[in-house]
Amino acid sequence: MQSSFPLFPQAASSIASEVDLLYFFILAVASFFAVLVSVAVVFFAIKFRRRHADEIGHDIHGSIALELIWSIIPFVLAMVMFFWGADLYFRIARPPADAMDVYVVGKQWMWKVQHPEGVREINELHVPLGRPVRITLGSEDVLHDFYIPAFRVKMDAVPGKLTTLWFTATKTGSYHVFCAEYCGTQHSGMIGQVIVMEPHDYEAWLAGGRSTGTAVQNGEKLFTQLACITCHKTDTSGRGPVLTGVFGSTVQLMDGRQVIVDENYLRESVMNPQAKIVLGYQPIMPTFQGTVSEENLLQLIAYIKTLKATTPESPEGGQ
Amino acid sequence: MNHDIKAGSYLDAPHGIASWLLTKDHKRIALLYLISITVFFIIGGIFAAGIRTELMTPEGDLFTADMYNKVFTLHGVVMIFFFLIPSIPATLGNFLVPIMCGAKDLAFPRINLLSWYLYVAGASLTIGAVALGGVDTGWTFYTPYSSMASNTNVTLAALGVFIAGFSSILTGFNFIVTIHRMRAPGLTWFRMPLFLWAHYATSLVMILGTPVVAITILLVGAERALGFAIFDPRVGGDPVLFQHLFWFYSHPAVYIMILPAMGVISELVAAVSRKQIFGYSFVAYSSLAIAIIGFLVWGHHMFVSSQSIYAGLVFSIITMIVAVPSAVKTFNWTATMYKGSITWDSPTYWVLGFMGLFLIGGLTGLFLGTMGLDVHLHDTYFVVAHFHYIMVGGGVMGFLGGVHFWWPKMTGRIYPETAGKIAAVLVFVGFNLTFFPQFVVGYLGMPRRYHAYPEEFQILNVLSTGGAAVLGAGYLLILAYLVASFFKPRNAPANPWGATGLEWDIPSPPTTFNFEHDPVVTEDAYDYVGRARKAREN
Ligand code: HEC
Ligand code: HEM
Ligand SMILES: [Cu+2]
Ligand SMILES: [Cu+2]
Repeated sequence: MQSSFPLFPQAASSIASEVDLLYFFILAVASFFAVLVSVAVVFFAIKFRRRHADEIGHDIHGSIALELIWSIIPFVLAMVMFFWGADLYFRIARPPADAMDVYVVGKQWMWKVQHPEGVREINELHVPLGRPVRITLGSEDVLHDFYIPAFRVKMDAVPGKLTTLWFTATKTGSYHVFCAEYCGTQHSGMIGQVIVMEPHDYEAWLAGGRSTGTAVQNGEKLFTQLACITCHKTDTSGRGPVLTGVFGSTVQLMDGRQVIVDENYLRESVMNPQAKIVLGYQPIMPTFQGTVSEENLLQLIAYIKTLKATTPESPEGGQ
Repeated sequence: MNHDIKAGSYLDAPHGIASWLLTKDHKRIALLYLISITVFFIIGGIFAAGIRTELMTPEGDLFTADMYNKVFTLHGVVMIFFFLIPSIPATLGNFLVPIMCGAKDLAFPRINLLSWYLYVAGASLTIGAVALGGVDTGWTFYTPYSSMASNTNVTLAALGVFIAGFSSILTGFNFIVTIHRMRAPGLTWFRMPLFLWAHYATSLVMILGTPVVAITILLVGAERALGFAIFDPRVGGDPVLFQHLFWFYSHPAVYIMILPAMGVISELVAAVSRKQIFGYSFVAYSSLAIAIIGFLVWGHHMFVSSQSIYAGLVFSIITMIVAVPSAVKTFNWTATMYKGSITWDSPTYWVLGFMGLFLIGGLTGLFLGTMGLDVHLHDTYFVVAHFHYIMVGGGVMGFLGGVHFWWPKMTGRIYPETAGKIAAVLVFVGFNLTFFPQFVVGYLGMPRRYHAYPEEFQILNVLSTGGAAVLGAGYLLILAYLVASFFKPRNAPANPWGATGLEWDIPSPPTTFNFEHDPVVTEDAYDYVGRARKAREN
């Protein structure tokens, strides 16, 4: 997969070469200044070396013009880096709308991966070439960080929150996944592989995988098993709000605030329901902290996301 | 020992261990600190040797994983909190701030002694934590690992850091009052040596920042010991809040480590070039700018932590702005050497070494402050290399440069020049060999705090370990000849480098009250031209 002694990482995602380009730009600027100053310093030290014991330097105090020049030029260059880097960062941070969803949960010390079709894997992540993949990350215990150097992306997995990361792989092969946030004993053993496959190979791989039901199907089951359904009905007769169409909508809270429903809001609604109470309802929803694992939670969320106003009970995905 | 004792030197009177342990003399306290931080530098260095030896091979074969985690944690904790933060301020600063002000002592000599005892108390607790089995959270103590998962002696170590924090608060407070109130007649703000400006800026950071980290670390202790829910997400706490609080101090803390070194280098550049510093007021103000703006950039450690991307934008742009005053300083030092009269004595070697390493450290900060690039670089060896270039390349080189420059003043002894030059070269070469490969392996993607790693990273790691051996040899050489110099006669002249500054007008070593007559300052700092004119007139 890689030469045995590489000096530069492989670039295997759509963003990787852009990151490298910025890297080379800054490297060029930095090298220029490093060489300029080092050469000047050594040159001066030699050229103006002390010739006799009580010699002193020239009577020079400074120059406003020079101070301005060497403040403004670095400032401008730093701003170029900032804007370039910020633009790139926004593209790294915002997944395209059509990205395919994969759920990853970090726990000491492994990565548990769940594909939308239900196939699960541990410390391996199979993805199709050329399709944007959006990873929703959770953590069951402490901080971790899902890092794929060949794709130049990483994101912390934060307990109590969901975070996201996305990429489009551009080269088949297998690449390292590292945990980049220190997490205890086996931190350096919390590594895995991303395996990028041709789309048809990926389909075949999925078909061959032991699917235990799609994430959405599992979420639907949990929704019944955990008795969510007793309060959240498809009509307004339940004690809790109707969840149909809730994802992406704006909810009015009791304390006057409004929130847009995203994964983190859904997560919080289940794990810490008292944090935000929907206007017009009683704070009676029990917390599922400790009952629902991080993986189950991701399935529930996957399910709730599919509850669209038009087709309330028809989950997407599956084969 | 020799017997040609100069009358009244602070080293001689009064005699006895108690006279040292209860001293209120800032110079003796400086030496107490120098000895204690040297002990911790050696302890931290032994841990570093352990890390580098383990990383010679891809497998984790020397230590168990838990042991490795403790080793790098203690390396970081000891080096940062018990060596680098006190290094220049508590030794050179303690010794020189009053003398450069033209004062007999710091404003509060007893508080100065108290600060050393607090340091020792904090350090002892942390060493106690080591003796009881160690700590494994990393020097950053990130929650929720530190507050709920780790079953090591976090509370004790945290308490040690908390207490040591007060020693730096007291030192900072003492410096600020001294610089405000005790300057000699004629020593206006803009006649002060830049060393004082740098210590003034550092002290501001110490007293404004340290309380925050002290409280944060206490909260972690409270959460562990008493079950407070602050950072624990299971009960509605926020683990990321810890990172905000921690970096709110710890980013400025990196300036506690570098600003004093910048002050030292400003003195050294002027002295080795026998020339007025170029752009004095720009160098002075840039210290303040760094200290103040440095408080607004902490979020650049959190670009991938789930911090809001808009907050990230603000932190990134301010980070890029704070790089400018550092650049300004570097250019001014360079320009100071232009048309100077530059000696090739050993202090020059440290100046050149500092410039080379600090330059690389600062410039690689630009890569990290650039958000899109930091996503890839964060928590890799690239960051490790960056901050070692700054803190060891800049901070420790500055410290050693200062120690070499003021050693004759502090001890009355001369060290062997040739050994000094060899050591500086060894340290420079060894340092680059150790840390430069880490930029490469970091861009390749090797995460930090890894006990074992994929095979393709091995060659770069072996290079790094080899470099560490050279670096270690350089440090040991310095230790050897400086200690040996104590057994030589006290024959340093008052002004061995022909430098300007109040400290060079008094004997080496100084007498207990520094000045025989209260000094009056009539000229700018680094006024070599004025001094030469006067010498000609007389
Ligand atoms: C005892 C009844 C009850 C049960 C059981 C219950 N909920 Fe709720 N739920 C509520 C009520 C009442 C609210 C509105 C008040 C609030 O925000 O806490 C609510 C709010 C929510 C919301 C936020 C809805 C919005 O419009 O903002 C979500 C999402 C949710 N529940 C999901 C679940 C899931 C998933 C389960 C099962 C694991 C579940 N609930 C079980 C009563 C319940
Ligand atoms: C000159 C401009 C500088 C810039 C733009 C800069 C930028 C950065 C950034 C963005 C990071 C975070 C990297 C990451 O974790 O992903 C970082 C880390 C760090 N920097 Fe700098 N830096 C600069 C100078 C300094 C200075 C002067 C010091 C110290 C004296 C310093 C010490 C550190 C330390 C200690 C860390 C890492 C802490 C850790 O994660 O353990 N930097 N720097
Ligand atoms: Cu980890
Ligand atoms: Cu920082």
